[in-house]
Amino acid sequence: MSVTLDMSQTPLREVNTTLQAAAKAHSNEPHVIVNARGSHAMAVGLDGPLHVTVKGSTGYYCAGMNKEATVTVEGSAGPGVAENMMSGVVTIEGDASQYAGATGHGGLLNIKGNASSRCGISMKGIDIVVHGNIGHMSAFMAQKGNLVVLGDAGDALGDSLYEARLFVRGTVKSLGADCIEKEMRPEHIDLLRDLLERAGADAKPEEFKRYGSARKLYNFNIDHAGEY
Amino acid sequence: MCGIVGLFLKGDDLRPRLGELLSDMLITMTDRGPDSAGIAIYGDAASDGVKITVQSDDPAAAFEGLDAALSEKIGAPVTVKVVDTHAVVSVPESAKDAAVVALEERGLRIMGAGVAMEIYKEVGLPKDVSERFNLRAMGGSHGIGHTRMATESAVTTMGAHPFSTADDQCLVHNGSLSNHNQMRRKLAKKGVFTRSENDTEVGAAYISSRMADGASLREALEGTLEDLDGFFTFVTGTKNGFGVVRDPIACKPAVMAETDDYVAFASEYRAFADLPGIEKARVWEPEPATVYFWER
Repeated sequence: MSVTLDMSQTPLREVNTTLQAAAKAHSNEPHVIVNARGSHAMAVGLDGPLHVTVKGSTGYYCAGMNKEATVTVEGSAGPGVAENMMSGVVTIEGDASQYAGATGHGGLLNIKGNASSRCGISMKGIDIVVHGNIGHMSAFMAQKGNLVVLGDAGDALGDSLYEARLFVRGTVKSLGADCIEKEMRPEHIDLLRDLLERAGADAKPEEFKRYGSARKLYNFNIDHAGEY
Repeated sequence: MCGIVGLFLKGDDLRPRLGELLSDMLITMTDRGPDSAGIAIYGDAASDGVKITVQSDDPAAAFEGLDAALSEKIGAPVTVKVVDTHAVVSVPESAKDAAVVALEERGLRIMGAGVAMEIYKEVGLPKDVSERFNLRAMGGSHGIGHTRMATESAVTTMGAHPFSTADDQCLVHNGSLSNHNQMRRKLAKKGVFTRSENDTEVGAAYISSRMADGASLREALEGTLEDLDGFFTFVTGTKNGFGVVRDPIACKPAVMAETDDYVAFASEYRAFADLPGIEKARVWEPEPATVYFWER
């Protein structure tokens, strides 16, 4: 059995309250949101192992602050999907708009289409797999976690990067400040193989390049004192 | 924050429904811009010349006898169609400039002019603006709408979008321009003047000025990336076309949908939810610093 929540009949707050209560109660019933029609902030703040499917495309901030729940969007997602996610799995069957997975602490964000600008901005431990391309300024100030891109990356990838790992199979239009290509060691191949498998991605880890921080912005460089 | 909607029809089947579809899209974008709303609609070409859309705060007095008075003043036939606070004044093309001067002298505000384009915009909720002009009943080949949350100039009719600075051209904007005063002065030196204090009108005047100098729509839109500083998602209309460009940072949202029947633009996917065939449409986000346009 599954529980259907109809956005054309039920107010957003009631939909989210119902989902949050079911997640807390560890409900085994899958929940389905129909008539999504691009609504904002659906399935946010879930704190427990619940399966939620959204039929159709979503607006701003779907599945924000997700913890343990599995949320699947059968459409495209608007800006800020899975923002500040803690754990669980969020899957987008279509494209994701800007700042997908921003500030995420954990879990897996699996985007089957493209993600636009600022994907994984300030990520703090989340794993993001994008099956298509990503836009400019992705992984800006990314601190921890893994961003895997099967397609191409836009301008200024990984600008002001901390310790997040970036894996790109296609081309990178340009690297941001302090982001450099790094050697793929065996542990990175193993890590990537596991991520690709969990995301159901048809790609070999050996096809990817790894990018990371050159760590030159970590400390003040006294030679540059005159520039201030 | 503002809301933009646009719909460009590829064929004739949906033409009678253009106003209805655009109105619904516009009203869905109310919470992005509840201050004022407007629409530019490209309908049937005027059989007898050029259509000038004007606005008055006191339409009963301003439009009473306008046709006869204007006809006498410019020595040409005039027809006037009153739509709430707006009137569409049709004059022969040769008399258009004289008519604009005469209409402004009478204290009327010029919303725009063109062979095909009519502009309706007012302060108020998109739903109310749509109802007062009966936008739902309007047909046409393409149209652009805007819901405004004001930042750069006052909430007035003249501050509402779309802005038209040349015949059959219009522009709507989500964002804010930071070099609009400098650009306004540059354009004024060329003899290009704006009617409001609004930043978007300067953007519109820039595009019109480039096209008057011989640039194509594509070249004029590409020029905005070089010459205009600030945040923008622009949607522009011409007699035959419909164009989109976003600044290189692209923080102002944009989504597009295309089917065999239409190309649609919106600030958010929500505005597409009732479009015919949307479930099978190709939906994508326009790239930053990239010009898109469609012409028939």
